[in-house]
Amino acid sequence: MTTEAPSAALVSVQGVNKHFGQLHVLRDIDLDVRRGEVVVVIGPSGSGKSTLCRAINRLETIESGEISIDGKKLPEEGRELARLRADVGMVFQSFNLFAHKTILENVTLGPIKVKGVDKATAEKEAMALLERVGVGHQAPKLPAQLSGGQQQRVAIARALAMKPKVMLFDEPTSALDPEMINEVLDVMVELAREGMTMIVVTHEMGFARKAADRVVFMADGQIVEQAPPEQFFTNPHSERAKDFLSKILTH
Amino acid sequence: MNTLFNNLDVFTTGFRTTIILFLVSGFFALLLGTVIGAMRVSPVPALRAFGTLYVNVVRNTPLTLVLFFFAFGYPKLGLPEIDFTASAIVGLSLYTASYVAEVLRSGVNTVPVGQAEAARAIGLRFIQTLTVVVLPQAFRSVLPPLFSVLIALLKNTTVAAGFSVYEAGAIRAYLAERGEPAIVVLLWVAFFFVVLVLILAQLQRYFEKKWKVAR
Ligand SMILES: Nc1ncnc2c1ncn2[C@@H]1O[C@H](COP(=O)(O)OP(=O)(O)OP(=O)(O)O)[C@@H](O)[C@H]1O
Ligand SMILES: [Mg+2]
Repeated sequence: MTTEAPSAALVSVQGVNKHFGQLHVLRDIDLDVRRGEVVVVIGPSGSGKSTLCRAINRLETIESGEISIDGKKLPEEGRELARLRADVGMVFQSFNLFAHKTILENVTLGPIKVKGVDKATAEKEAMALLERVGVGHQAPKLPAQLSGGQQQRVAIARALAMKPKVMLFDEPTSALDPEMINEVLDVMVELAREGMTMIVVTHEMGFARKAADRVVFMADGQIVEQAPPEQFFTNPHSERAKDFLSKILTH
Repeated sequence: MNTLFNNLDVFTTGFRTTIILFLVSGFFALLLGTVIGAMRVSPVPALRAFGTLYVNVVRNTPLTLVLFFFAFGYPKLGLPEIDFTASAIVGLSLYTASYVAEVLRSGVNTVPVGQAEAARAIGLRFIQTLTVVVLPQAFRSVLPPLFSVLIALLKNTTVAAGFSVYEAGAIRAYLAERGEPAIVVLLWVAFFFVVLVLILAQLQRYFEKKWKVAR
């Protein structure tokens, strides 16, 4: 690990397979994400995008292949896994803020319980993060009192509070009303500019064009095509991608 | 009224024992029930199997048999001796714990899975996920069934009367010897049980207000 070149993959997915019963959801997936790289994953519903994301922080187990974060293989279970998970921030489609905790507590919980940060420091850092995503004044409220866009920005702050090496986003804006999508995307674009390594499942092409280094197109559990965003959207190679793009572009 | 006031000593001693049985068994049942309930939702198959076995065996055994075992079987095992009250407490706790475990497990299932996933994603371990994120939210929805279990426990304490524990269920037999009319005594005993249950109901209302979760 000490000899690791700076350009080595931060997230490395090698030959990963996964079934749900008969359904082969991930087929020999290989994906390397460099430090600071922003990868957008798109593809039709059911193609395995969420499963891939969830496998990367082991919310989902895999049957074969190997996933490592910053050179460290994902451990099986227990304390080690919990520690490694803290290096991987995750933002869900449905926000999943802890419903019984205030906004501030949502953000401080991880640092206090997992990293042993003292409460005062954790709160100070949490407030800074909440300010950064533009919801500082909501700190004492409960999640249900916030709009969807605000909740998702809090969820981003909660993930950032763990100082992760990589952030995973699984359709972070698809549960939002249209007028709230941009406030969340803006935060994500900003994060990308600051050099965060990101894997983002999204169909927001504006975001992909603005922030992504690479678009990965998945279909039927396979990575069918990958290219820089401009090239992918204007000149896709595979039939599957052409077909898919023609469908989402007509909307 | 005379039946009550002439025998106040019998009523107070009886109900004092009932309340002690209830509080102590209730405490241990909640504690043990939470542990067993946690086992039933744990990711470790062996723990899950043990939790399931416990619930299935204990919950399907009549309380009388459980108490019978601790009153008469247990002393033969050569373990440290315990008196009838203590063995009643052990029996009631173990028995009620199986119900508490089931109530908690169903409560855990009412909390959206996303809550536990978010907790795991920030690096919380299983026990932390359960105690910090899931159970506090589950408690709200389990309060009504949990209090039903506690009320059942309160009434189940009277079964201990059959095992030489002098609690409220034994008052009638005791006062029969003093020549008091059984029906009047029983009505008074029932009355005090209703009072105790009402106190529990009040407590339930208090906690429901306190643990309201907004969604
Ligand atoms: N827990 C599960 N049990 C069984 N099947 C599952 C489970 N989770 C996902 N699947 C199935 O696996 C396939 C891939 O699911 P996945 O959620 O990864 O797709 P996706 O690309 O994220 O789709 P979407 O765009 O709809 O979110 C789907 O067919 C889905 O029905
Ligand atoms: Mg998905």
